[in-house]
Order: sequence, then C-alpha cells, then structure tokens
Amino acid sequence: MGKQSSIVFSPMDIGSQGTHASQPRNDAGWRDARALIDGFDGRLNIAFEAVDRHVLAGHGAQTAIRFLKKNGGHEDMTYEDLQTQTSRFADVLTRNGLSPGDSVFGLMGRVPELYVCALGALKAGLVFTPLFSAFGPEPIRTRMEIGSARVLVTTAAIYKRKIAAWRHELESLKLVLILGDSAPEGCVALKDAMAPASTSFETVRMDPESPALIHFTSGTTGKPKGAVHVHNAVIYHAFSGRRALDLTPGTKYWCTADPGWVTGTSYGIISPLVNRVTMIVDEAEFDLDRWYGTLEREKIEVWYSAPTAIRMMMREGAEAAAPYDFSALRFLGSVGEPLNPEAVVWSEKVFGLPFHDNWWQTETGGIMIANQPGMTVKPGSMGKPLPGIEAGIVERSGDGLREVPRGDIGELALRPGWPSMMRTYLHEQARYDKCFRDGWYLSGDLAFCDEDGYFWFVGRADDLIKTSGHLIGPFEVESALIEHQAVAEAGVIGVPDETAGEIVKAYVTLNPGCEPTETLEQDIRGHARKKLGPAVAPREILFRNTLPKTRSGKIMRRLLKARELGLPEGDISTLETDET
Amino acid sequence: MTETDFRAGYVQELTRIAPDIEAEDIEDTDHIQDDLELDSMDILNLVTALHARFGVDIPEADYPQIATVELAVAYLSKRAA
Repeated sequence: MGKQSSIVFSPMDIGSQGTHASQPRNDAGWRDARALIDGFDGRLNIAFEAVDRHVLAGHGAQTAIRFLKKNGGHEDMTYEDLQTQTSRFADVLTRNGLSPGDSVFGLMGRVPELYVCALGALKAGLVFTPLFSAFGPEPIRTRMEIGSARVLVTTAAIYKRKIAAWRHELESLKLVLILGDSAPEGCVALKDAMAPASTSFETVRMDPESPALIHFTSGTTGKPKGAVHVHNAVIYHAFSGRRALDLTPGTKYWCTADPGWVTGTSYGIISPLVNRVTMIVDEAEFDLDRWYGTLEREKIEVWYSAPTAIRMMMREGAEAAAPYDFSALRFLGSVGEPLNPEAVVWSEKVFGLPFHDNWWQTETGGIMIANQPGMTVKPGSMGKPLPGIEAGIVERSGDGLREVPRGDIGELALRPGWPSMMRTYLHEQARYDKCFRDGWYLSGDLAFCDEDGYFWFVGRADDLIKTSGHLIGPFEVESALIEHQAVAEAGVIGVPDETAGEIVKAYVTLNPGCEPTETLEQDIRGHARKKLGPAVAPREILFRNTLPKTRSGKIMRRLLKARELGLPEGDISTLETDET
Repeated sequence: MTETDFRAGYVQELTRIAPDIEAEDIEDTDHIQDDLELDSMDILNLVTALHARFGVDIPEADYPQIATVELAVAYLSKRAA
C-alpha cells in the first residue's frame, strides 16, 4: 500500500432533503464547504475564486499552470499571469459589446489560450462552453446552435476545416476569435485583440444562481442536451477536489482529461485552481514514455486519469514503467467508466499506490461517489458517496420509486441539492424534469450497493454508449449515417472493447441498388468520421437486410446488443420486423 | 519486401481505419494524430493491422516511430528485416 494522505474534512450533516427535486435546495448545509471560497457578500464568480483571490492573498508568483508543448518544452503561467490574461480576455469580450449571459464557445486543443478564454469569459459574466476539438463539423454546429453561441474562439485550421462553410448560417454568432496574430476574413486575431486590452478588468460579481458553464451531453434520442451549471457550483468544485482528490495548495497535479469533456473543466480547470494547486497541462495525446516521463520530471503528486489510458499502460506491462521514479505520487484517481479490479492491483505494483475510482456525470458537475483518500479501496467499486451526498439504488414501479434491498441492482439515484448540480437542460425543461422523481435525481446508470456501503457500476439503463470515458448518443451517430446516400436505416450500439470499454458499432440497411461491399463500408465510415470526428463515428459497420423494429417503427438497439453479446433477448413482445 | 511495399501497405491500413482520409492527400511527413486527426483507438487499430500485415510487433514506446509515412516506412523496413 502506498502513502496515505491526511483528510481535513469531517462529514457534514446536511439534514433531510426537500421533495422539490428539480429546484435547487436551500444549501445552508454546505456552509462548511463554502468556507473554502471567498465570494463577495452574497455574490460570487468562479474566476475570482480560481484566480484573482490567490493573487490578492499574495500567491501571484506561484505557478498556476505548466503547459507541456506537443513538441517538447513548456510554458509556465503564474496566478498573476493568469489574472492579467483573463482580465484582458474579459475586456476584449466587453469591448466587443458582449454582456453577462452571452455564450462563448472554446474549440481548440489544450493550449494556454483555452484556459485564459474559459476563465476570462467567466470573469466577464459570460457563459462558457468547451467543445472537444476533435469533434467533426456536425456535433460542433449542433451544440453551437443549441447554445446560441455569440463568440467562438478557435484556431485558423479548425475554423477553415469545420466552421467556415456554415458560419454565416448561425445568426447568433457575432465574434470569431482566432488564435495567433492573423485571422481569416470575418474573424479577429486573438493576439491583436488582447494586446491593447485592459489588465485591470473588474471581475463581474454574479448572482450565485446565474449560469456559468454549459456542458453538452448525449441523449438516447433527439439532440444533445446542454447541462447548465451556475457560479455557485464553485463551492462544490472546491470541496470535492479537496475531499475526493486531496487537492491542497501547492500540490503538483495532473488531470489528463480534455476540457472538452466535463472532467477536464471541473477537475482540469476550476477545482484545481480554486484549491491553488500547480497543475500540469499536456497538449499532446497519450504516449506511454511521455506520460511516465512527465510523472517523474514534474514530480506529480496527484494524478487524475481514466481507465482507457490506464489499460493502455497495462498493455505494455510493468517493465515499461520500471526505469521511472514515481516517488512524488501520493494519490491516483480515475474516472470515466468503471475501472477494472486488475488495474487497481496493477497500479499498486507499478506506482506503489492504488487507483481510486470515482463516479459522477456531466449533470452532477462534480464527483459524487468515490474511493476517497484514506479510505480502503475496493477494486472494481466506485466507492462511497462524498459527505453531503446521499445516493440510493431505486427501481421504478407503477406509482413511484422505491429503494431496493442492499445488494440488488437498480438505478443509481441521488438526492438533489448539492451546489454543482445542473440547473436545467438548455431550452429543454421537459427533458430536465424527467430526470427527477419522488425527490431523487435519476442517473440512468445501473448499480448496486454492497454491505459496506460501496457502490458498484453495472451498466447503462438506456442505450447510451460509453467509449473511452465519453458518453455517446446513438441517435446522433445514426442521424449522420443515414445522411449517406447509400444508407436507408441505421442502428447504433456499444460493443465491449478491452481498451475503450465499449466501441461504437453500427448496423445499417442499404437503399435499393446499393451493394454491401467493403468499399461501401469504408465510404460510409469515412462519411461518418468527417461529420462526427473519430471519437464519435462507428469503428465498425455491419450490413443487414432489415433491422429489428417495434410496431411503432423504432429500431430495437437493445435487441441488437443482446444478440451481439449472446445475451437473452428479453421481452420482444413489441418486435414487429426482425433483423435479417 | 521493398520500401514501396511498406509504404503502400501502411497507407492502405491507415485509410481502411480512417476512411475519411484520401490516400493521395497524405503527405510523407503528415503526423497521423496532429495532421490526420487519428485518435488513440485508431492508433491501436493501426498497430494491430500493421502487425497482422507485416508480422511486426510494435511496442507502445515505438508508436512515435510510426507517426508519419516517412518514419513508418523506415521503421517497418528495419523491423521486418
């Protein structure tokens, strides 16, 4: 067993929960957590808590972020640098006529500008949405439409390839800022805009319930959902980072997640900076020696990563790690999908510490259930709820929900009310309301709770696909597939994969006159990759004459999956047309 | 097997895994992640495909050496020999 870290928090008694589940609960119970932030007399701003207050307290010279460049070398940014840059960016937005509530989209890799743009937008009271830069044009456009994007910050290359063609069809979009000192027509070079901007921008004091971030998440049907998070979430970001990841001032911390996904924002920007760590951001993608070398050279103390990456490390065996010195490490966390028990055992061997799996969602805004510092890790389990979080396993019955007996599988549910809970799905109140019932927030994940109070993930209750830690909605993939001229219908499911957890697989039927050839399979996959990007597009396409459908014409993904996995087909009473 | 064979085989496997890329658009020095936008699952699939095709086992530490057509041809020629 490795080193244990000290815990500074005692569990809080937050009392019983209200029944108006979809309303933010009176959060008086979070008073202890609130002590971790400063606020301004009933108002607050995430950017102030993450940056400005540390400078005011005399920590301006501390390195806030060390950026590791793709081709070697690094760039350090102190808390004072971050304050100056974010003030300039906030000033740029204000000078361009933007005001609190307007939405800013960031679409770029893990470069310094992304962090400046996220925190600068918050500073000015605007709402920030990070998008994964490897998304294809379709997911980008859909999300920017739903979010009524006013500002886009991106690179010239991404703009040219993925945005320029439809930019003028998005009426809300007023300003496109391009990294560097030159910009295509109709766009503004970020460097030129930043140079004359004021460094003394006064952070806008926001109502705690005003929107700060919108993170998009996939739905089983229909368009992606924009989960709205408010400035008050920072209380939970501060608390959970401290409690679940042991983020303390000065900790050398590395979160490997991209801010395009919620982990990379909550625990890759906000929580670590609010807790005044020194964090590492690596621009490059996973590379075994680079990662081991980074842990050693940067003397990383707390490392938050994901099962897919851990499994890639395991593939190369313990020998590949042997030349490196990991003695600075004191805590390892993992999130995105369940971490297999072997990975925990392996990490104890290689790093001298177990990976601590934890569980949360885009909607929850922060870590809910975790193998926490100082707690016994149960390999394969997601751990126990954080103090102040009440989790249960429920099943839906005719007239409501009921909690199932210990050990039984049901839907993982939470009593709403913690500060970082989403406040709505943008423009989709009905879909939001559907997440709540009888005073519970329903996660859509199936799990059970053991005798010791540890929770164990079982699977998704719906058709969403979990690949490399990302949640993908089959509908979005199917919609792109049927835009191909040869495709008549498509059913998309996740199939198990030892590295990615699941991979996206599509079953398609073809239009008359189209032959199911390997060339056509590649052409359709190529089309999907262009539209959706590699992370979302199917890795495999199978041709079928017909797909299993219900009487109402819905493709039965559940049945495709059961057959793919050789599982019982379950209730097929609604099956009208079978697969051939 | 000649360098031309390795080049053709590599490009064929690459475009089979990422059919959004046209073989004729690939420059010898294009980086498969930075320029051609393959993700890490694509890279694993490419490594598996190259192994099946050329019998070359590519350890993770060597992935940078197959990151462009130019590098991969040199690497595969050396390793398959």
